[in-house]
Amino acid sequence: MVTEAPRNTNPSPPAPLPGGEGGQRPGEGIARLNASFCCSELGINSSVSGATWLHRFALVATFCTFVLIIAGALVTGNEAGLAVPDWPLSYGSLMPPMVGGIRYEHGHRMIAGFVGLLTTVLAFWLWRRESRRSVRMLGFIALGAVVAQGILGGITVLFFLPTIISVSHACLAQAFFCLMVSLTLVTSPGWRQGVRQLEARGNSFFQRLCAFTTGFIYLQLILGAALRHSRSGIVFHLVGALVVTVLVMLVVTRVLRYYPDVSSLFRAALVLSILLLAQLFLGMGSYLMRLAARQDVQPALAMVTITTAHVAVGALVLVTSLILTLQSYRVLPQANKMRRFSAAPQKVAL
Amino acid sequence: MEGKASLVNTHKILMKGLETIMNPKKFALLFVTLTMMLILYACGGGEQKTGETGEQKAPETTGPVTQIDSATAATITGKVTYEGEKPKPIQIRMDAEAACAALHKEPVYAQQVVVNGNNALQYVFVYVKEGLGDKNFEISKEPVVLDQKGCMYHPHVFGVQTGQHLKVLNSDPTTHNIHPVPANNREWNKSMSPGVTPLEQTFPREEIMIPVKCNVHPWMKSYIGVVKHPFFAVSKEDGTFEIKGLPPGDYTIEAWHEKLGTSTQKVTVGPKETKSVDFTFKAAAVIS
Repeated sequence: MVTEAPRNTNPSPPAPLPGGEGGQRPGEGIARLNASFCCSELGINSSVSGATWLHRFALVATFCTFVLIIAGALVTGNEAGLAVPDWPLSYGSLMPPMVGGIRYEHGHRMIAGFVGLLTTVLAFWLWRRESRRSVRMLGFIALGAVVAQGILGGITVLFFLPTIISVSHACLAQAFFCLMVSLTLVTSPGWRQGVRQLEARGNSFFQRLCAFTTGFIYLQLILGAALRHSRSGIVFHLVGALVVTVLVMLVVTRVLRYYPDVSSLFRAALVLSILLLAQLFLGMGSYLMRLAARQDVQPALAMVTITTAHVAVGALVLVTSLILTLQSYRVLPQANKMRRFSAAPQKVAL
Repeated sequence: MEGKASLVNTHKILMKGLETIMNPKKFALLFVTLTMMLILYACGGGEQKTGETGEQKAPETTGPVTQIDSATAATITGKVTYEGEKPKPIQIRMDAEAACAALHKEPVYAQQVVVNGNNALQYVFVYVKEGLGDKNFEISKEPVVLDQKGCMYHPHVFGVQTGQHLKVLNSDPTTHNIHPVPANNREWNKSMSPGVTPLEQTFPREEIMIPVKCNVHPWMKSYIGVVKHPFFAVSKEDGTFEIKGLPPGDYTIEAWHEKLGTSTQKVTVGPKETKSVDFTFKAAAVIS
């Protein structure tokens, strides 16, 4: 007989409002809404430490996913994608001699296996302990994504790096990272706790602008992956960089103008602008390095470092924009499906 | 003031455009369409690969074997030279792999453009490109040997007949993978541990040239010229080559170099005649 673990059976007193969120912008017609609600509605059960540990676990899994993305970039950068010809075993064993390109390829596989294990544990942990159905589903979507990612990785080895599979592998990696970051965010104590919500003109536009920017950054990452794996399409990637820069500037400008007191938005916007600046420099550096290295007989350390950093910072730009988007839907009220993750706070007008 | 007004106008137009695009339904449709287009673009942007997964071209036709008549067989000799400033040798960094580094006391240089004394250009594959028609020639029973020694391929450039055996050895105390990347033959990738039994493979279709690489040691590169006939050679240290046993006739001879491209010449040889065909590659022709 299958029994389901108890979820949120003990209603708790209202959680204190965090001081960092909210604020009033004169002249913007902002109405502050109270965000008093019960913890039971937010999916916090009596075992606060359990929820904290779940969040910490998600955080570790997300960090490992970021390391995995770096490891994957190192495999491509060192041209070691086919250093291990077989899959799922490596040279017919679980631990081949870690020499040359095998180090990168098998290292990538080992980290991927570990991330797969962490994701499995996280998905089942969420299934057992999480009250929000959407978050539980998100856990299983992440599990499905990591399995699909492993299979794509295997296909790419067995079929000698077909471009479409390699690009899909790179893109799914970023999507999986987004899923893990989302899970970490929505399981965080700050997210679970109440939030003062601001109602200002242009919320809807800002939220959609954030979502649009995140979507476009993802498309830009696809262009980057296509360039990296097929060595073509630099013009599209450059145009994409320009569009992303404009969109991020619009987002940051609006945060500075309308929501400078909303710390979660302000911090994310600040980090996003810094990362974007770094990413633009890394992109230029990668391109120049590649031009300079055309006659090289082996991948140069400097080129591998800068292109790997470009991939890693690109992933960070994407997830920072995603965090900003999710926070915008959380902090700024808007009837939409995003709020399912935060279990819709009750609004009481003051 | 005008500049500021135009900036404001641009901003307004941009925002209006974004408002239009950012309708959730339109945005979802745009996102999915662009993603699919980008993936398809990425798919088409790379090198087209045939092989186990790709479309296989029809195998070479077989027919009666043309015997080489030694009484009339002609010879083509020649020299390949390099014109221009000698490229600086590129040293290979083997320090990342201790087992490879330990095999060399002296620095090892890349073999991509090797110019020796008298501007002699080494590692140029010279072969009869046209003139043999549909004639079939006996396939050599002797396998061509490719050795992995000192974490380098030996030889760096070589030829093999279609169907002739290629025997791959690993004389190194470390693991290699051998991975030919053909466009017209089946791609394969095999691991070779130290002391492993030699590997034998054949290529059924003509192809100029098949790059071979080791993904464990990315500096290891070799090139195989696969032709139907036995009339090919690779320029030696002094840049010379010799193609023997050629039936009298009119031929197009092509010289191929991995970085300098190709060069062709027409030649007519009579019975027992020896003709000289020289090739010159210019420095400016270096291709990436």
